[in-house]
Amino acid sequence: MSATLLMLLMLLLPLATALGVVVTGQSPNWRETVTVVSGVLLFLLAAGLAMVVSFDEAPRLVLAEPVAGLALAFSPEPLGVVFALLASFLWPVTSVYAIGYMRAHHEQNQTRFYTAFALSIGAVMGIALAANMFTLFVFYELLTVATYPLVTHAGTAAARRAGRVYLGLLMGTSITFLLLAMIWTWHLTGTLEFTPGGVFGDLVGDVGGPVLGTLLVLYVIGTGKAALMPFHRWLPAAMVAPTPVSALLHAVAVVKAGVFTILKVVVYLFGIDTVAKIAAADWLAALAALTILLGSLVAMTQDNLKARLAYSTISQLSYIVLGAMLGVAAGVVGGGMHMVMHGFGKITLFFCAGAILVATHKTRVSELDGLGRTMPWTMLAFLIGALSIVGLPPFGGTWSKWWLVQGTLDTGAWMLTAVLLISSLLNILYLVVIPARGFFVAPTTPATGIREAPWPSLLAIGITALGCIFLFFWPDALFRMIDEVLQ
Amino acid sequence: MSQLPGLYNNFIVIFLMMAGFYVVISQGNLVKKLVGLSLFQTSVFIFYISMGKIADGHAPILTEGVRIYSNPLPHVLILTAIVVGVATTALGLALVVRIQEAYGSVEEESIQAQDDAAERAHNDADDAARRSMDA
Amino acid sequence: MSLLAHLPVLVVIVPLMAAPLCVLVDRAQPVWLLALGAALLSFLCAIGLLLQVPEGGAISYHLGGWEPPWGIEYRIDRLAALMLLIVSAMATLVMLFARRSVEREIPAERVVLFYAAFLLAFAGLLGIVATGDAFNVFVFLEISSLASYALISMGRDRRALNAAFQYLIMGTIGATFILIGIGLLYMMTGTLNMQDLAARLPEMADTRTVRAGFAFLSVGISLKLALFPLHLWLPNAYAYAPSIVSAFLAATATKVALYIMLRFMLDIFGADFALKQMPFDTILLVLGILGILSASLVAIYQTNVKRMLAYSSIAQIGYMVLGIGLATTLGITASVLHLFNHALMKGTLFLALGALAYRLGSVNLRDFAGLGWRMPWTMGAIVVGGLSLIGVPPTVGFISKWYLVLAALERGWWPVALVILVGSLMALIYVWRLVEVAYLRAPAEGAVVPREAPLSMLVPIWLLAGANIYFGVATDLSVGSAREIAQLLMGGGG
Repeated sequence: MSATLLMLLMLLLPLATALGVVVTGQSPNWRETVTVVSGVLLFLLAAGLAMVVSFDEAPRLVLAEPVAGLALAFSPEPLGVVFALLASFLWPVTSVYAIGYMRAHHEQNQTRFYTAFALSIGAVMGIALAANMFTLFVFYELLTVATYPLVTHAGTAAARRAGRVYLGLLMGTSITFLLLAMIWTWHLTGTLEFTPGGVFGDLVGDVGGPVLGTLLVLYVIGTGKAALMPFHRWLPAAMVAPTPVSALLHAVAVVKAGVFTILKVVVYLFGIDTVAKIAAADWLAALAALTILLGSLVAMTQDNLKARLAYSTISQLSYIVLGAMLGVAAGVVGGGMHMVMHGFGKITLFFCAGAILVATHKTRVSELDGLGRTMPWTMLAFLIGALSIVGLPPFGGTWSKWWLVQGTLDTGAWMLTAVLLISSLLNILYLVVIPARGFFVAPTTPATGIREAPWPSLLAIGITALGCIFLFFWPDALFRMIDEVLQ
Repeated sequence: MSQLPGLYNNFIVIFLMMAGFYVVISQGNLVKKLVGLSLFQTSVFIFYISMGKIADGHAPILTEGVRIYSNPLPHVLILTAIVVGVATTALGLALVVRIQEAYGSVEEESIQAQDDAAERAHNDADDAARRSMDA
Repeated sequence: MSLLAHLPVLVVIVPLMAAPLCVLVDRAQPVWLLALGAALLSFLCAIGLLLQVPEGGAISYHLGGWEPPWGIEYRIDRLAALMLLIVSAMATLVMLFARRSVEREIPAERVVLFYAAFLLAFAGLLGIVATGDAFNVFVFLEISSLASYALISMGRDRRALNAAFQYLIMGTIGATFILIGIGLLYMMTGTLNMQDLAARLPEMADTRTVRAGFAFLSVGISLKLALFPLHLWLPNAYAYAPSIVSAFLAATATKVALYIMLRFMLDIFGADFALKQMPFDTILLVLGILGILSASLVAIYQTNVKRMLAYSSIAQIGYMVLGIGLATTLGITASVLHLFNHALMKGTLFLALGALAYRLGSVNLRDFAGLGWRMPWTMGAIVVGGLSLIGVPPTVGFISKWYLVLAALERGWWPVALVILVGSLMALIYVWRLVEVAYLRAPAEGAVVPREAPLSMLVPIWLLAGANIYFGVATDLSVGSAREIAQLLMGGGG
């Protein structure tokens, strides 16, 4: 199959899945079969694309062209293919997990849930394959709209409030800053195509630092999904959603869409070399560093497990933003790899949090002492995920942190190196401590009737946990793919 | 300033216009407002009609020995405008009759007060409903 | 002469003649069909005209065979053709929608008169656009205005009467100002033909009379346009009018007023005079910005959804005049584009509200609870229209915002660009209040459980909602026309 056809199918399949889910909504078994099968198919499509595509002469799929020169177009590119692979691999895994979780938790409106889920994945595919900033923006907004019903799934007053924060911050930042930045770029260059080396070309000297710097700031803070402080509030708010949503969307798809956007902007709109010359990039790097530290510190104070994980995500996302702002190759490679590594690690943690919730109805960290004795597999997986995020071998997170630290050393910003290291230590304090206490501290209340999570959930947890280990021993494919960005 | 006396028609027009406008704004009685509005419109009619007059011009009927005629076009135009004015006044008065039937008053303040009271009652019901919903 | 050559006048005459015919027929059902037929026929004429208009030129039609400037000329250029298309398309869709809604909202004995008045208002709006004679504009303006006052007063709420009366006073003052302005121009030039006026005005542009005429026209048109701060009549008029009247007026009446502004200010006076010699651009820019911000802010606090949309309309008018205020070809393009797009958005929203009013008997936010699940198609259309209002791609609203921001940046005025985007943000707030209540709030105990709106209403609603997306993706007609119009207005100058 040609790459163009594969891309079209990747965009249409989630849409078809959403329809299929609606049609089979009356029968839960069929509905979930449709979801899982489509998920596997989507991953196969993405893998097929990764194999057949040649990035030197990337194919181009144009759906429409509302404004001359501004097309709704798609074109595969290494970073995007990696992102598509990540999301499409974790989608069926999350679906399997969700089957166990949603049934055990007796959630309402499951058809609506799976429909919105499929649409969200479709939007993510659009973001991953977008050939220009305009297309990316369209799907970025669609993703916000498609995930809104998932965040407000519970329908309670708290969910409504969270939905307001979610939509307000994500749409607010994107409409005011990101759109302005896009139109400004269009005004300056007449194009929004993702071009290796950037679109500003000669303008770098002409327009000068201030304008490009302002643009970069607008792009970065406009991408609210990257959860850079002070626009991070939506992520903890989104935690009212059911756990599978938090796991796939708010640890992987949506937040990674944010940092992915920033990476794309840096690599293909500005060009890494240009970013290195922009003074504002240093300030943004400092902001990211601040977010890393503050995120970790706030995470330590959170007793609610999901909230703690959310702040941890905020902190980890800024690693990627930091990598992008360094303006060196190692930073971008590290950022791109961290997208994947953190994705696997964090989704494992969320899966575990959901499993604990389903099995014990506990949401607080302080209640988890001694749980390792009754739920050993879940706790073990939690440990693996946590260690991968900390960046210890033999887990995948090691590599991305390696490159990120390398990047900070390349630029000679030793302060940033220090921030990365301190934050890793903090990670140990607030993540690894949970399974440690789970295994080694005696439970405060005797465990009665607590068993492991439902088997579909455990299966999913196992896959992602093994993924963390797999990525430590075989990171070459991933590394080579991302390295092609820099060619 | 020497041209000012020659423009006396304009001053009359402006005086009538402002008088009409003032009545529209200052009067709370809807009928009086309409009177003011008519005055306001009529002043413009006069403006048009006086504009058609040309110094030493005759009535625009072909006559032996007459060279200068007044311009008849503005008069024709204003015939249309008068019809419009009549229609406006008629419609306005019809509305006033309906308002009188609905509110029992043609005083702006009284109508406003009734509307406000209705609005308040509605809002109270609204709040009560919201409270019961949240409870 | 073939019938095709008479299209410029047919487009106006058909509804104008149909109105008295309605009164003669005097039975509700046939009258509705008659009105629908007249609207459809006008729509077809408008399409024919749009196809006929030569690139950069105009169709000139001499009424009664009298040569201009003595006779009245009908002149259809690209701008006029586009406006005719918008107005007649909206009228057709609204008429398609009207039957059930009118049955419910208008007392049986007035239904026939209602349709007659509607056709008059419709014919008046078309006439304003079609004519090439300045005084004719005034006449048609009053025909449409008087008919609209009557239409608004037929709302069920007694406040509709007061709203209609207020509108009558304000509208008449506005129209009279326009009349004075036209009179002053006639005094100086001795002609009422727009082409002639445009040719003769530049020589006497420096006189006080012409400037006074300009001032009177600006204020008069702004009143009709409901430009901030002359908008006070609009919220109540839209809020209490019958549903289909709100939909029709919101989608067309203010647009036609904007057309008058474009025609008089840029075409007759000339862009050079209006935007360079007179400070008209600055005034529009400032009022536009104030209008966007203040009206959006007020909209956020409304509980009557029709009223909320009415305030939103005022804000959107702000966007349109802002485009003119930028005083560049791109700015005018954005303005004309938004005129077209906003008609689609507000048409969708007000028609969908009409369907809700039909089922619920209310347009209060409180009664929206749970509607997202009870009337999914109607609420779906509201969401589409709302997203368009916010400016989310791929809707028409996005295209408008894109061009407006681009035009602002072209002038290097990034704060203006920011205001436009902040306006979108405020739209997000007031639209989302609605969505949240409709989808996430459980209906109150004992509330009526409405069914989905009838198909005869859903079809026009979704035709419009679909157009919101279609023209957001395929922009040849809207952007292409807007650009050509802007070039003519800015380049022609007179």
